[in-house]
Amino acid sequence: MRGLSHRLHRFDVKQMPYVLIAPFFILFAIFGLFPLIFNGVVALRTWRLDDPAQDGWAGLANFERLLTDEDFWNALYNTFGIFVLSTVPQLFLALCVAFLLNRRLRGQTWFRVSMLLPYITPLTASTLVFLVVFGRDTGVANWVLSVVGMDDPIDWRAGKLQSWVAIATMVNWKWIGYNALLYLSAMQTIPRDIYEASALDGATSWKQLWRITVPMILPVVIFTVVLSTIGGLQLFTEPMLLDSNPASASGGSNGEWQTIAQLIYKVGWKNLNLGYAAAMSWALFLIIVIVAVVNTLLTNRLGGGKR
Amino acid sequence: MTTTTDTRSATPPGADPDQAPPRRKVKPSLSGRAPQDTPAGKWTYLLLGLTFLLSIYPIYWMFVIATSTDAALAEIPPKFLPGGEFMKNLDEVFSLQDVYFAESLVNSVIVSTVTTVSVLFFCSVAGYAFAKLRFRGSRILMVMVILTLTVPNQLGIVALYILMGYMPGEGGWNGSLLAVIVPGLVSAFGVFYMRQFILGAVPDELIESGRVDGATTMRIYWSIVLPAIRPALAVLGLLTFVSSWNDFQWPLITLGGTDYPTSMVALFDLASGNYVLYRRVLAGAFVATVPLIILLFVGGRQIVRGIMEGAVKS
Repeated sequence: MRGLSHRLHRFDVKQMPYVLIAPFFILFAIFGLFPLIFNGVVALRTWRLDDPAQDGWAGLANFERLLTDEDFWNALYNTFGIFVLSTVPQLFLALCVAFLLNRRLRGQTWFRVSMLLPYITPLTASTLVFLVVFGRDTGVANWVLSVVGMDDPIDWRAGKLQSWVAIATMVNWKWIGYNALLYLSAMQTIPRDIYEASALDGATSWKQLWRITVPMILPVVIFTVVLSTIGGLQLFTEPMLLDSNPASASGGSNGEWQTIAQLIYKVGWKNLNLGYAAAMSWALFLIIVIVAVVNTLLTNRLGGGKR
Repeated sequence: MTTTTDTRSATPPGADPDQAPPRRKVKPSLSGRAPQDTPAGKWTYLLLGLTFLLSIYPIYWMFVIATSTDAALAEIPPKFLPGGEFMKNLDEVFSLQDVYFAESLVNSVIVSTVTTVSVLFFCSVAGYAFAKLRFRGSRILMVMVILTLTVPNQLGIVALYILMGYMPGEGGWNGSLLAVIVPGLVSAFGVFYMRQFILGAVPDELIESGRVDGATTMRIYWSIVLPAIRPALAVLGLLTFVSSWNDFQWPLITLGGTDYPTSMVALFDLASGNYVLYRRVLAGAFVATVPLIILLFVGGRQIVRGIMEGAVKS
């Protein structure tokens, strides 16, 4: 009896921690890590959904095809265009909003919570709203433009630039408040005496913003740059639903705004060519890593140069 | 902060100390006050009010169209006040044959609830182990958790789909809620967040005294750790529920075209037919949004805290 309880106790001390962390590692290995690796294998095969018999090794054929695939390059171009139009204003405006929130405010909590309304709204729901807002004939966007004097209604789905702007607007709307809270939380950890000392040196509040606040929150800025790179290059819901026939996944009649994530969906589940879709996913993965690293270095340099 | 002098008394009534244009060449800022201790001026309130209006307008407009007839969409200037057709529109959404809207809401509740409860349990026990228990390899395993935070899971989506096809059961898991629920049962962010919170919220002495009394590891979890981490559970639970409810791409791939959609997939179907009526689409969208707006009302404070704490710690 004594031996058993002793052994139970040993188990509780020695093995129990592993039991507690096991569910995370097991589930992550199966549904997170394995698909990422297995994706590399699928990319080297001719894996078709409609014809399992065709399954065989393709070598690098899928990747070779990628290099000359106009759809892929078009989607890459669109993805980057939308990415630039959405990330740069988004982070800049988030910084402005955070700056506004970083005061002693009446109704402080209320303001902060209300900034999260777009974040909490389901992306599908808000995209469907914007779909109507960006209608050509009766959309609110064109009405606003006509009020400020642009009488020619814009057909938001007719060209690359318009459709990119429409999509970027949706992305910006959703994420500005969220990023503002991230910046705000970093701003509030800046030691107060730094401001006091710089005020003694006669710094204006504008100078303080650029010489103290921004450099001090640089790590969080880099964090948001990386986050929005990862998110922005995988943009899927907005381009899918902007289409008048969303199920086609074509991103406009001539692919004006088709993104890579959308093309992967189309190739994999509309054209049923999973092998090729997997190759595209790998390409996208590489691109995201490269862009995230470049953006981090750039932000670091820009932010550091200010000091 | 204690050394600062109050500028308010030196400012004429009605003038705004920060926003007034500098008269002198160099305006000493805020007389040493940090921005967060400086009262906001009227421009700050005005701009924040504008931001708020821009944030809420699309949601409000969704409601306006959801409560109107088809004619409302064509109004110029855009219709501003809601109409009285909400129940009629909603009724049409629920009775559409291929959309399964009512079922989809139930499915979304099931998926989000199961995911949330599971994430809370598995992540809090793992966070407890990492924060308070000593075991070999704990440091390197924690580094692995943090590394997995940076992996964009969506990129393995093709392989995940194939994997689901091989899961036990007839035809695998694709097309069943299991395919959406099971991969979401744990989250790296959750483990990380819980570990950070438990490190600060549960004193080592409390755990030691539990040990001395002969309590097992799980006993200590239930009676000492769990009561201490309630605030963190609220934060993580809300964030998990929201992201699970709003998940779209993977549910579309695995549940699209079945009679078991989540509400996000059902909305996609609602907007995809040959005969799309936006008052219906937005009535559906509004119904799928309301639960989250209620959550924001009830738990907004916690959600804000979760996001802001997550930023500082990572």
